[in-house]
Amino acid sequence: MSNVLLEVRELTTKYVTRFREDVYAVDHVSLKVEEGKTLGIAGESGCGKSTLALSLMGYYFPPLHYISGDILINGKNISKMKPDDIRKSVLGNEIAYIPQAAMNALNPTRRIIHFIEDVMQAHELYITKKDIYNRARELFETLGLPEEVLHKYPVELSGGMKQRTVIAVSVLLLPKVLIADEPSSALDVTSQKMVIKMLRQLMEKGLISSLIFITHELPLLYNVTDDIMVMYAGQIVEKASSKDAVFDPLHPYAKGLMGSIIVPESGLRDVKLTAIPGVPPNLKNPPAGCRFAERCKYVRPDCRTSSVHLRDVNDTRTYRCILPENELRDIYAKEVAQNG
Amino acid sequence: MKQIIQQIFRSGKFIVGFSIFTTILLVVIVYPLLIPDPPLNIIGQGTFFEPGIYVSVFDSISSPQYTLNLDEAAAKRIASKLGEEDRLAIKEWLIASGIPEGEIEIENTEKLLDQWFENYDPAKNIPGMTNAKRNYFIRLNKAITGLLSDEGMSITVKNAETGVLEEKGTIVPSAYVNVNEVPNVRVLPLGTDNFGRDVLTELVAATRVSLQIGFVAGIIATLIGLTLGLLSGYVGGVVDDVIMFITNLFIVIPSFVLLILISFSIGQDQRGAFTIAMVIGFTSWVWTARAVRSQVISLRNRDHVNLSKLSGHSVVHIILTDILPYIASYVVMALILQISSGILAEAGLSILGLGPRTTEVPTLGLMMNWAMIYQAHILGKWWAYFPVIITIALITFSMNLMNTGLDQVFNPALRD
Amino acid sequence: MANQKELCLSGKGLTKIFGLGGRKTVAVDHVDFDFYKGEVVSIVGESGSGKTTLAKMLLGLISTTEGEIYFLGEKRDIRTHRKKKEYWKNIQAIFQDPFSSYNIFNKIDTVLLDCIHMRGGSRLPRAKKIEMMTEACSFVNLKFEELTNKYPFELSGGQMQRLMIARIFLLKPKILLADEPTSMIDASSRATILDYLMKLRNETGMTTIFITHDIGLAYYVSDSVYIMERGRFVESGTADEVILYPREAYTKRLINDVPKIYEEWDLSTV
Repeated sequence: MSNVLLEVRELTTKYVTRFREDVYAVDHVSLKVEEGKTLGIAGESGCGKSTLALSLMGYYFPPLHYISGDILINGKNISKMKPDDIRKSVLGNEIAYIPQAAMNALNPTRRIIHFIEDVMQAHELYITKKDIYNRARELFETLGLPEEVLHKYPVELSGGMKQRTVIAVSVLLLPKVLIADEPSSALDVTSQKMVIKMLRQLMEKGLISSLIFITHELPLLYNVTDDIMVMYAGQIVEKASSKDAVFDPLHPYAKGLMGSIIVPESGLRDVKLTAIPGVPPNLKNPPAGCRFAERCKYVRPDCRTSSVHLRDVNDTRTYRCILPENELRDIYAKEVAQNG
Repeated sequence: MKQIIQQIFRSGKFIVGFSIFTTILLVVIVYPLLIPDPPLNIIGQGTFFEPGIYVSVFDSISSPQYTLNLDEAAAKRIASKLGEEDRLAIKEWLIASGIPEGEIEIENTEKLLDQWFENYDPAKNIPGMTNAKRNYFIRLNKAITGLLSDEGMSITVKNAETGVLEEKGTIVPSAYVNVNEVPNVRVLPLGTDNFGRDVLTELVAATRVSLQIGFVAGIIATLIGLTLGLLSGYVGGVVDDVIMFITNLFIVIPSFVLLILISFSIGQDQRGAFTIAMVIGFTSWVWTARAVRSQVISLRNRDHVNLSKLSGHSVVHIILTDILPYIASYVVMALILQISSGILAEAGLSILGLGPRTTEVPTLGLMMNWAMIYQAHILGKWWAYFPVIITIALITFSMNLMNTGLDQVFNPALRD
Repeated sequence: MANQKELCLSGKGLTKIFGLGGRKTVAVDHVDFDFYKGEVVSIVGESGSGKTTLAKMLLGLISTTEGEIYFLGEKRDIRTHRKKKEYWKNIQAIFQDPFSSYNIFNKIDTVLLDCIHMRGGSRLPRAKKIEMMTEACSFVNLKFEELTNKYPFELSGGQMQRLMIARIFLLKPKILLADEPTSMIDASSRATILDYLMKLRNETGMTTIFITHDIGLAYYVSDSVYIMERGRFVESGTADEVILYPREAYTKRLINDVPKIYEEWDLSTV
């Protein structure tokens, strides 16, 4: 078994709304990312994907608050570190984070190289502009980005190019783990593919050791990641290898999600798309028992009352349901038989 | 709607602005009920009476008298009567009488008088004293002795038939009247102005008129701006071009210059407060029109407008139900700003002497104008202009604060 | 589908040019098309390809610069408000963003009543109207009793889009134009929306035009597919033809760039 780069144990964080209500968007989440592996996080909007990504950095600012749990990077616990120390020694160096729509955060009045200088100088005090330029150029060369991008203003770049530039800048300090939150949404398919290719390159060329990839687009997730973690209402409901998660999901929510995949392939027309009725629960006061019970096709009375824990199927696979694996599979098989 | 109002009253800035503004409004409404004097009544004969409580001397003589034996009474009386000049003269005498300068304290009235009575001798001459000066010292001594005497002052009334003065009574220094028992007492918290008018009453009336001018001007400006903005934004094409041409024309000409020119050409006799309000309204709609237009342009391609069109609604229906409600909050904010800038514009015009004609109503601007013409600022008569400035500042400040508060509620990007 | 195809909506040399003089932008460039009755058509294109402009021209929301649109074999005439209103009884739309599709100041009742009034039902008794609205809501599995006196923004995105379908149910147009109806809502509700749309089409036989960037969606729902690039149709045909056996380079690229799950996704082509 290879080296575990990032380990999270029972992490819980909350949001405090303007009306002073607590929203537990990440609820006792544990995960491990091994060196050289890519973890995908899937789920509907509002299920806590992005909050988890933000929480993983250990850098909390209102309205996000840390409650409990540990985050270990390379064995070092960062959850108890001071925010300033995290910002100086962890962010960028150990963990890099690309927020949603990061490309729109580029300052339109400054050239890319100036933006890079700002980033570098914030971390390395005595670095010269020439060194920065050389490092940036080298990195851009490795990633197949044209050098002249460095001298351009953000408005002169296409959306795809901007996004790739932001990704390149985020790995300038050679972080071990990169967290990418929806890096390719809002891009057209070609740019999206380029971004995906670049993320793969980062892993192949050793610029980063692990990648956490967050998206609601499941086909994309399937193509990028080794493992997929499905989140629902702030909790992990299933974690499995990408292939298992997409083609053989165990949790009813994961099953519903995977049943809604649309791809332009001949296999698609034979598939009946499934839908999950209803909306995710309000996390201000999450339901007791299984949080998915309200929307689950296979719900039983005790789902709503008994607390539901993660069940391990094997080393790499786990899911959260009151039913054991064989019972679930029986139910699914019966359903398939009924529908013919 | 209820939610929006709740939201608004959660904004600290709006609450502060709103409370100041309602206080001003309340004062403007309640004050005339309590003190129904006509605001432009000339009550004072003379200019710029200081703020204070004015007690009728005539009435206080005939009011019931009480004897109060207060120790300090005489000293206080002298202290207030003994002027700077007199004190310096006493000092001069004392130095001439051989008292060292260090022992003379001209502010300590009691000690000064003691030294005076010890050393003053009408027969003595001090070197270099003229005859006039000698007489001055004699008069001074007499005055001081008179002030200190316990003897009363007699009140005499001329007999209408004989023309002989008949003594009616005496007033001793220890006699007091109760102000509450004097029938004629007038409190002038802000004194009187150059014409002898009560500044506070005038100020309240002026605030009311200025607010009215502001409201009329603001509503006119907003109505014109809204109509033109909606038309040019929604209809577009040639209509837009024409309206924008006119709007741009108005923008290039500074509106205040336009205001001055129009005001001037109307002439002093025709300029009532309402006319001025109309003139201000007709010159300040430009920015509202432009702002509304840009809002409407961004709204007119929204899906809900398209859907309303697909539902077969007419242009008027779409403007009224699908566009107007969306910009209503914006228009309210613009209206508030227009009102406050209308008040300022009136003040500016009136200071220049182009405001409403002066004989009918006071306005904040006119009060500033009068204070300036009669040089209140040079004479140090602060009560004639300072309260006006504070009132103008408070009104515009409260309105801008309300506007910022509303902005915070309606524009989530500005929320903290 | 019937063997005898009946033309429903067609366009000849349809063009839309924005701006004047040197700053002209050709959004739609001489496109020809024939949509048949009862057919499900998809117009697929990336952002900026002109598909939304085309949709607005078809709806009559913007004027055409050149070319003609034929509706049921006759030249479309929408020069007056009355004629436009008549045309809009036949063609309706569902827009991309359910959150901006509703007037936030109107209650759900107003939205649905508008549709009844448009179908000439303004003089119906109140009870009949409520019955119709309840029927429309139950078609998309919403409860009218729960919605009445509520505002659209109190619903979830999926529910709003379902309400949009209820609206179409009441209007019963001959043509429905769905502009990215599922791109702003969660994948889990997407199937629901598509199911109801297909159910509605099967019941009413209306021609359904999907405007989408999602080639997978186009493949899943449509009979025929038009691929649009820079204001032109580069390829058209039945869904199987176009998506499984594309001929044009652009179509091939578009399909290649979409992530696959059943087959290997070739990343080397970028």
